Amino acid sequence: MTQSSNKITIDGRAVCFQPGQTIMEAATEASVYIPHLCHHPDYPPHGSCKVCTVKVDGRYLASCSEKAVDGMEVQNNCKDLKDLRRSITQLLFVDGNHYCPSCERSGNCQLQAIGYALEMQENHYTQLFPTRKVDASHPDIILDPDRCILCGLCVRASEAEGKNLFKIGGRGQNSYLSVCSDSGLLGDSSISVNDKAAQICPVGAILIRGEGFHIPIGERLYDHQQITSVGNCRPRYNHSTSNLTERKKREGPEHSKPINLTTGKHTNGK
Amino acid sequence: MSVKRFLDPDQILPAGPWALPAAKERTVKSTGTQLPSHPSKKLTTPLYVKSVCQHYGFSKLFLLQALIRIQLRFGWVSPLAVRELSCQLKITGGEVRSIIDFYSFLSAEFQGQYQILLSNNITDTFLGQSDIFQQLCYLLKTPDGALREDSLVSVTMTSCTGLCDQGPAALINGHPIVNLTSERIKQIAILIESRASFNQWPQDWFLVSDNIREPGALLDRTVSPGQALSQVIKHSKESFLDELQTSSLRGRGGAGFSTFLKFSGVIQQNSKRSKYVICNADEGEPGTFKDRVLLQRHCQQVFEGMTIAGWALGAHKGIVYLRAEYAWLFKFLQDQLQTRRAQGWLGHNAKNLAGFSFDISIHLGAGAYICGEETALIESLEGKRGVPRIRPPFPAQSGYLGFPTLLNNVESFACITEIALTSGQKFAAIGTEHSKGTKLHSVSGDCKYPGIYELPWGVSIAEVLERCGAEDALAVQIGGPSGACIPRDHFDRCIAFEDVPTGGSFMVIGHSRSLIDVVTNFTDFFAHESCGFCTPCRVGCKQLDLFTARLKQRRIHAHELAKIKSLGELMINSSHCGLGKTAALPLLQLMESYPKLIEDSCIPATELLLEPECH
Ligand SMILES: Cc1cc2nc3c(=O)[nH]c(=O)nc-3n(C[C@H](O)[C@H](O)[C@H](O)COP(=O)(O)O)c2cc1C
Ligand code: SF4
Ligand code: SF4
Ligand code: FES
Ligand code: FES
Repeated sequence: MTQSSNKITIDGRAVCFQPGQTIMEAATEASVYIPHLCHHPDYPPHGSCKVCTVKVDGRYLASCSEKAVDGMEVQNNCKDLKDLRRSITQLLFVDGNHYCPSCERSGNCQLQAIGYALEMQENHYTQLFPTRKVDASHPDIILDPDRCILCGLCVRASEAEGKNLFKIGGRGQNSYLSVCSDSGLLGDSSISVNDKAAQICPVGAILIRGEGFHIPIGERLYDHQQITSVGNCRPRYNHSTSNLTERKKREGPEHSKPINLTTGKHTNGK
Repeated sequence: MSVKRFLDPDQILPAGPWALPAAKERTVKSTGTQLPSHPSKKLTTPLYVKSVCQHYGFSKLFLLQALIRIQLRFGWVSPLAVRELSCQLKITGGEVRSIIDFYSFLSAEFQGQYQILLSNNITDTFLGQSDIFQQLCYLLKTPDGALREDSLVSVTMTSCTGLCDQGPAALINGHPIVNLTSERIKQIAILIESRASFNQWPQDWFLVSDNIREPGALLDRTVSPGQALSQVIKHSKESFLDELQTSSLRGRGGAGFSTFLKFSGVIQQNSKRSKYVICNADEGEPGTFKDRVLLQRHCQQVFEGMTIAGWALGAHKGIVYLRAEYAWLFKFLQDQLQTRRAQGWLGHNAKNLAGFSFDISIHLGAGAYICGEETALIESLEGKRGVPRIRPPFPAQSGYLGFPTLLNNVESFACITEIALTSGQKFAAIGTEHSKGTKLHSVSGDCKYPGIYELPWGVSIAEVLERCGAEDALAVQIGGPSGACIPRDHFDRCIAFEDVPTGGSFMVIGHSRSLIDVVTNFTDFFAHESCGFCTPCRVGCKQLDLFTARLKQRRIHAHELAKIKSLGELMINSSHCGLGKTAALPLLQLMESYPKLIEDSCIPATELLLEPECH
């Protein structure tokens, strides 16, 4: 097969893909944004949030886990999908306790940003108000499960790092992020601020201490730009040391490093 | 010191009440550091846990098998057990607990020396299960069924236990007790208060009847070990596969996928790779109990079918995934497998298998409907939470441990034996164009003769109703909550893949029943059983559940209906697996078929001003 035959269309636009790539991967390479929360280019697909749902032949598919097939006609931009994705985002909001104004991640949060992009005005569904406990047992990292959307990114990141610090536990409405230590507390685990697992959370569930409001509200990634154009990665900090004061000194210039607008990745590779 | 003596691998169910946990065991914190490294010898938990781990070669793959045994041995998985498990299997306590919390039959808290689980299927409700619950709570002095202060007993609800034809039914420490009456409840309460061991209870209470009302080709036959195998292996594998193709057998688990195509899918894989044959005995769809009857009465037919499949595919290992509700069948099935081994029809280099080795083991589930979904079942077999995988790859390509796997329903394997014994043509002579052979229906609910009916595919609903003595049915739920609710004026429809498909559940809803109660029960079931992996199903099921609870109280707003309908469609369209895709069906069907019922449940406009909006 010649390479040129590996083509799909996304909203009519031809997009090439490598055999084995998912629709999401093909789209990202072609700078087409498909909303996503549980997908991350560095890790295997999870396929759980379903915000990335696209339409192929009238069928709805999760683009992050569905392989591209030659000749596929993918719909990514239509009212129908926007409504569906908005509803899914609303379901995620009522599933946890998201008080954005008091959340450190506000403005850098992907859930919130997707809510903006999909023009979500209200929660629409019945708020479930789950009771979940904050885990503040670790000196450098805080876990606030109220905001966890069970995307499994920290689980996969930690697996890839060989530490296996997180697992999703429980079932159904009682699913929760489980910390793999004997006590179930972060403080008893071997997590460190330099772990990808500690930095990857798309929402405000895993937060690094000492960074609070370092970038003022109003100057954050999604405060003036849509996630549809800047992509995902909020500024990453370089935590080569866990000394907080040291870190704070360095962070000033770090967070303003440019982001590749289409892939959402940092252009400086860090 | 040998720890072996603590474990009889076949002894699954406890002989008596569970021992009250030692005070020490209750107060133990689950952190690895807080206990002395050599716990007192009086505590049998660590020794038992160690012996179970040893039995399974200290492999994490058998974590769930170890957990359900520990649960059934002690009545809970204590922090001490968690700690010991994590030491033995080299995993953290958090990881062990994340599994315990997934399965309904595992609990991290002691559930009482006697744990009574009442089946919560709608048919049990029809039979007065809620009165039984009230009476039990009253007699045993456990308000709301919660664990009694002295830890003697607790009473809780559980999803359908597969005993719907003889309900109300309960499981007491895993032992099935059927046909509960007010009289029997009184006796049970006395026995429990006196802490009697189960052999002091009247033994006939534990007898589960098969209630085979109308046998057909499958149920009329008794197959002795090797009866079909000996014939089949005389010929080539190709000729058996031809027969299978001619038979047009479609899977009996519900989806109706061509069994021949599944076989072909596995055969197409690299012939050098190990392959697995898995029998889905999870039978979680409420109202289904035909697999239980097949295993009770015709298990050799099922094992024979698995062995034939193993031979045809070149697989050497078969696994039966038996739901925890049927743990009482475990010992019996183990004995039956032993009979096959003794007769040379099973095992490594079994003497009658002409150089081919095939063995079958039984794995237990732990209370999770989702584990009937094929990829969730495989995850569960690997000792994990039962979360459906991304498909493709399908099990035929990458299943158990990543190896090509054939996964079929219990009844499908019995059909394979039938085809091997007769012929594909004979099998296909019965039924309709797209549904060949006979089908086992588990009939329960409002009818005179509940039980098993083996009938040709294509039978009309009216005919089944007539046979089971259901004179005045309002509707029939076919295929369980995830199937279809057929109203009275459609009883002429046929049960077949081309019309009303089924996995075998046939629940008769009598004319005096409230369909809203039925739908509430089903929606509640799905909310309880959603695995929680994907957003639409995890949150959607809960939203529907909250809605039906208000529907039942006739406290819904007319303007909510459109919202619920579109939520249902969202779940159908974007859920990850079949559970989420079907969970909204009962409610959507009710709204469509009985708009008047819904309308009457809306808060009247005159009251609206007084009623705050529920959000
Ligand atoms: C939520 C869910 C539950 C299921 N439960 C069962 C079950 O209890 N037993 C079963 O045989 N199949 C069940 N299935 C269907 C299986 O996924 C699978 O299709 C079937 O076991 C294949 O066997 P068959 O081809 O012989 O029918 C379930 C499917 C879903 C989506
Ligand atoms: S995690 Fe995001 S959505 Fe949730 S409270 Fe924080 S900012 Fe809001
Ligand atoms: S903590 Fe964050 S990264 Fe981990 S599962 Fe929850 S939302 Fe995802
Ligand atoms: S990004 Fe595809 S399901 Fe979450
Ligand atoms: S939670 Fe299982 S289908 Fe979504």
